[in-house]
Amino acid sequence: MRVCLILFGLAMSLSLQAIEIRQFDDPAKQQAYENLVKELRCLVCQNQSLADSDADLAKDLRTEVYSIIQSGKSEQAAVKFLVDRYGDFVLYNPPLKTSTSLLWLGPFALLLGGLVFLGVLARKRSAGRKAEPALTGEERQRLQELKKKLEG
Amino acid sequence: MRFLIPLILFIVMVAFLAVGLKLDPREVPSPFIGKPAPAFSLPQLADPSKTFGNADLKGQVSLLNVWASWCVSCKQEHPLLIALSKQHILPIYGLNYKDERDAGLGWLKHFGNPYTASAFDADGKVGIEWGVYGVPETFVIDKQGVIRHKHTGPITEEAWQNSLLPLIIQLQKEGSPT
Repeated sequence: MRVCLILFGLAMSLSLQAIEIRQFDDPAKQQAYENLVKELRCLVCQNQSLADSDADLAKDLRTEVYSIIQSGKSEQAAVKFLVDRYGDFVLYNPPLKTSTSLLWLGPFALLLGGLVFLGVLARKRSAGRKAEPALTGEERQRLQELKKKLEG
Repeated sequence: MRFLIPLILFIVMVAFLAVGLKLDPREVPSPFIGKPAPAFSLPQLADPSKTFGNADLKGQVSLLNVWASWCVSCKQEHPLLIALSKQHILPIYGLNYKDERDAGLGWLKHFGNPYTASAFDADGKVGIEWGVYGVPETFVIDKQGVIRHKHTGPITEEAWQNSLLPLIIQLQKEGSPT
């Protein structure tokens, strides 16, 4: 029974491991490949990278990336291959373009808006405080009397 | 007045969230719209000695439907394609994606064949060239062989009436290739 369980556990861990074994003739290429598949997004399971995804398409796309890198082409060539076919969607790090400007600049615009709002609010408050009318001599005297009474 | 600004902010936020809720995250905009169909040449499903390629997509407005016998949603879409093929509005070509020949042919025999011809893409390489990421997918191709629209997922009656058919009619009115 125990042996069965251990075997089952081993089998499970095997199926969760990296999916294919790739042979590279150059460790730099292997590094490039591993970086790429982590940075590229799988289209089927959209919150996974190509490296993480077990989808059939992810496997095919890893094969494409592998053959591009192995043939000696640059990482940019592999990225371009995928972007040409699937669009910027495959990039976890989208480029700054007109169509993505809201994505990149939006947060800063919001921050700026918030700061301006805060500034306006603060200025209004301090202006309001200054505008408070000063007490007359008589009123000040009454205030002192009241304070004394309270401290009693 | 004091409540006006928070109220406006709230309405803007609700509007954004409402739009976001309606968006389909599976709908990835295709970079191919307005570009010539990627070059390919594949054996036909029914007859491996014949080929089908992007040259066959020129001359008239056509649909290229990516399908597979293992694809469940394709079955859902299938009756609509059969009905369309009977109306003879335009040729419907199939791209049999990552399938086995016998399984694909058997599927067509069983459910009916709406395709003028099907290309047989066993290893899915042509699928990748076309940016296919989920079957079924349907491309509308104009007379010049340029991709004009891509529909991801099964074509519904609604999508056909509202977006595909009007586009096809418009494209059919455009001039013939020179």
